[in-house]
Amino acid sequence: MLTLPKKELIKFVIFAVVVLTMPVWLTPFGASYPGLLQKFAIYGLLAVGFNILFGLTGYLSFGHAAFLGVGSYAAVWSFKLLTMNAIPAVVFAVILSGLFALAIGYLSLRRSGIYFSILTLAFAQMSYNLAYSVLTPITNGETGLQLTLQDPRVLDLAFSEREAGLPIVTLFGIDMAGYGGFYFSAVLLIAGFFIAQKITTSPFGLVLKGIKSNQNRMNYTGVNTRPYTLAAFVISGMYAGLAGGLLAVTDPLAGAERMQWTASGELVLMTILGGVGTMFGPVLGAWIMKYLENIFSAFNENVLHGFFAFLPDNLESVVVLIASKFVGEGWHLTLGLMFVFVVVFLPGGLMEGYRRFVNRFFNGGKAKAEAPDKQTQPAE
Amino acid sequence: MDAILIQFLNGLDKGGAYALIALGLTLVFGTLGVVNFAHGAIFMIGSFVAVAFRQLLTLERVELSETELSPWGTALEIRTPYALEWFGDFGNVLIDYSVPIAVLLAIPVMYLLGVLMERGLIKHFYKRPHAEQILVTFGLAIVLGEVARTFFGANPIPQPMPEAVRGAADIGILFGMAEHAVTYPWWRLIYFVFSLVVIGAVFAFLRFTTFGLVVRAGMSDRETVGLLGININRRFTIVFGLAAVVAGIAGVMYTPLLPPTYSLGMDFLVLSFVVVVVGGMGSLPGAVAAGFLLGILQSFAAMTEVKAIFPGIDQVIIYLVAVVILLVRPRGLFGRKGVMEN
Amino acid sequence: MSEEKKGVSRRRVLKTGAAGLVASGVAPMVFTRGAWAQEFRNNPTGAEVTLGFNVPQTGAYADEGADELRAYTLAVKHLNGEGDGGMLNTMQPGSLNGNGILGKKVAFVTGDTQTKSDAARDSARRMIERDGALIITGGSSSGVAVAVQALCQEMGIIFMAGLTHSNDTTGKDKKRCGFRHFFNAYMSGAALAPVLAAEYGTDRQAYHLTADYNWGWTQEESLINSTEAIGWQTTSAVRTPLGAGDFSQYITPVLNSGADVLILNHYGKDMVNSLTQAIQFGLKDRQANGKNIEIVVPLFSRLMAQGAGENIKGILGSTNWNWSLQDAGSQAFVKSFGAEYGFPPSQAAHTCYVQALLYADACERAGTFYPPEVIRALEGHLFDGMGNGPTEYRAEDHQCFKDVLVVRGNENPTSQFDLLEVVQEVPRAQVEYDASIFGGELGPYEVS
Repeated sequence: MLTLPKKELIKFVIFAVVVLTMPVWLTPFGASYPGLLQKFAIYGLLAVGFNILFGLTGYLSFGHAAFLGVGSYAAVWSFKLLTMNAIPAVVFAVILSGLFALAIGYLSLRRSGIYFSILTLAFAQMSYNLAYSVLTPITNGETGLQLTLQDPRVLDLAFSEREAGLPIVTLFGIDMAGYGGFYFSAVLLIAGFFIAQKITTSPFGLVLKGIKSNQNRMNYTGVNTRPYTLAAFVISGMYAGLAGGLLAVTDPLAGAERMQWTASGELVLMTILGGVGTMFGPVLGAWIMKYLENIFSAFNENVLHGFFAFLPDNLESVVVLIASKFVGEGWHLTLGLMFVFVVVFLPGGLMEGYRRFVNRFFNGGKAKAEAPDKQTQPAE
Repeated sequence: MDAILIQFLNGLDKGGAYALIALGLTLVFGTLGVVNFAHGAIFMIGSFVAVAFRQLLTLERVELSETELSPWGTALEIRTPYALEWFGDFGNVLIDYSVPIAVLLAIPVMYLLGVLMERGLIKHFYKRPHAEQILVTFGLAIVLGEVARTFFGANPIPQPMPEAVRGAADIGILFGMAEHAVTYPWWRLIYFVFSLVVIGAVFAFLRFTTFGLVVRAGMSDRETVGLLGININRRFTIVFGLAAVVAGIAGVMYTPLLPPTYSLGMDFLVLSFVVVVVGGMGSLPGAVAAGFLLGILQSFAAMTEVKAIFPGIDQVIIYLVAVVILLVRPRGLFGRKGVMEN
Repeated sequence: MSEEKKGVSRRRVLKTGAAGLVASGVAPMVFTRGAWAQEFRNNPTGAEVTLGFNVPQTGAYADEGADELRAYTLAVKHLNGEGDGGMLNTMQPGSLNGNGILGKKVAFVTGDTQTKSDAARDSARRMIERDGALIITGGSSSGVAVAVQALCQEMGIIFMAGLTHSNDTTGKDKKRCGFRHFFNAYMSGAALAPVLAAEYGTDRQAYHLTADYNWGWTQEESLINSTEAIGWQTTSAVRTPLGAGDFSQYITPVLNSGADVLILNHYGKDMVNSLTQAIQFGLKDRQANGKNIEIVVPLFSRLMAQGAGENIKGILGSTNWNWSLQDAGSQAFVKSFGAEYGFPPSQAAHTCYVQALLYADACERAGTFYPPEVIRALEGHLFDGMGNGPTEYRAEDHQCFKDVLVVRGNENPTSQFDLLEVVQEVPRAQVEYDASIFGGELGPYEVS
């Protein structure tokens, strides 16, 4: 059960090493602090899960952020009602988002193509709008669901006194707000990666790929595809729920914006940026997006002036003026441009860029013929 | 009764606007087969044509006073609008009617923008998967929004409508009702008529011109039309330009109702897609019917009486309608089989 | 399941964190000067102290955020003894003299809240965990303020809120580490009610349109309470979706509802749109119950009001501060802000500038950066010369109490910035309330 083909095993080992050593190799990038490391692990997990649906079956869901939100709410409620331990929170997050995905998937998968996308978008937007307004007793609306000093926390308080101040999320004594939270998320990311690999190489995964390349043919051969796509949808939703739960574990707050359609859109962008259907691509896309968001939004004019200080004064102000349009408050512009460029020049995402690079310089272009069918194009 | 009537009127008014915004989107999809996520951004750019035109008209010569200081300690600025200096009273009239005049200005500007977009970017994506079309146009939408923000800031910029039509019309009196029973703003009525005219013009253009004939033929069978030796590419460019013009002038006329901001495009994006999908992808009559349907339902969902029965219904009505229609009628109201299903 | 976590204190976690830092080659925390030499997060050990400015740089409030950032930059300059010193000269009691804070030069880092709780917490964590920010300040929405305030409480970092108007920030969601200089919805209602009674009489029917989220609700509640106390009746209170854009379907029912006052509990773009559209429906030209229909916008912001253009003329509302105030503190601030940027500051800029100075002053008075001591120095602090007259940071809920401005949209503005005219500076006594009415608990000084 825990075996993988050799090629996949190598991928897995590389991935595990890369993830676990992130605090080391990210230090020169200024990204090695718990807050960002946790986001890397969590959004990586989200992207891996999304790829199971989008990459394998070709169904483009525009409402995955809803499951992220449901997972977060479930986790925070588990902290509030039961215990500050991370395990039950994560379990509830996965179960609840799985059920939610089952309901939405059952209805949405009656349609395909863009109709499916719009259905998932509509469900997610309804969840978001309601969470923001009338469901406030459950979600605490705009402010986001938070821990309070009066929470019942029945399991915790059965064993210990109420402490002054807000409790912290722990995993059997390990604080989840710092590096502990990162390693917890990282281990789950690696496990999630492994499961995704198993799915991809399994007969189930083959059926999913068949659905992507030609659903009609699958139907004609007597395979009822709906249960397969629904299973992929629910699994993918559970990944998103787990990611949402982890967001709450590392930072116990669940806000409604997590469910907004732009959050779903961001997830699609991450996956495509990295390379749909590849194993590493979506994770890479998620890391790059989160890193750029972090770096570019941190720039301000002072930083820029420091950066270009070596230039003559006049030139410096011009360069800073131009550069400031692309960083800090202008970083969305960079983001938009980046997507246009990636899609125009690298339709298969960064992983395809890597493959082209390798082909060009190491295989002398011989492997080119092989590339098109390996390259995983998202379906319509 | 009055309440229901005025709510219905409001629904028609909103519906006209929705149909107009969705029209270009479904036109581009139907002919070019492109899912254009930048359509909302085109609408936004249109509204900023109005803003830019007004700013141009109200451009002022700024002189710094040598003696007086402003309350915040810098030299006092003495501002004289060029338009008044050059044109006198006519300048005032120009400024007053800046929005309707901007419609005329927007037609060439938006056409040019549409052609540039199509030639520069969109045409490379005709054969690419829809997911990539979505991504590239979504990226383009972000870029257009941010460019607008660089020039005009993030705050809404008010665009007054002409003085003569600022008030509200007492429609009730026309139907023999009491005074003030049903009043409605002039500009909204104008917008409604405007949207009907534009929609009618687009339909007539496609119905009664040779160009329209070819485009409609292209919508149903692109390959055959290409085989007949007709240069379909050039026509596609024109269709995209046309869609941009329709969205752009819709944006210009909308500015007095909704002071434009750079995020206007994203705000209307989801809505216009829902309208198109409910109507049936690529169906022009569908977009119009769905626009009015959603407008009217949205208007009624806002009534206190309705909200008392279904709390929060006004928050989700648009999406709820989309879900129900798509589950009951798989291809939307007027959709054709086989469009966008695989 | 939970016994394990007994005895694990934040302090110990911090130590482990520090040990980790040592291991990865970063200098260990060095204990510093003075009697309060305590071990705490981001204790500034070098010659500089870093402040974290978390403001919306993208999204609907980006312009407001940009103005906040201008104010902070100016505050840092003044704290470091550059420029004309601004409010440093008018602040009373004032312990700041332009040589930084406690002799350390002030540096700053910035982040983008995007007006989203998640993004705001992410950027706050970046500034705290990576950039070593000693405090977090800024922001332009209550949801974000409450979310970031909670994060700061967990991290043992002081949070000086920017623009946030919900009662919750210093009410049910108050935190020991969080401080708000800005006024709140309750104070808006209390300040507006007497003016409304004087202008529009005590026999009125009010119709509320309310943004359907926490801030909107607290303002609606406060306004209903205070207007009903002066004898008004509430016809209806309708919730509208955030960012609805076109509010016409909510305005049409107002027309024949019999209400003669429309109260718009909206902010930002929603306020601009709903006000513009309400005016277009001819509400201000009509009568109901024999009286002219009036519109009230309880929370006015000059920056946002620009978006409504002519439509704000004659509309009553309240605001925290306006640059036209004539007191010495406001004048000094407006002068130095105007000299630096060429236009007057907004209320968001003012509140952020003041918050930065108040924090610096509290550190000086406490003689340490150690958060619990700085918090104690801020609690119950009485000061003057920062605009709004004598002000108190109330110890019970960390809310500033000061005069509130009731303003009216200017009929004859002399410049594009002259949009609001001050109708009345409502004295502090009139807007005060008991700290316990909104519930909530501050929590402990020491993060455990």
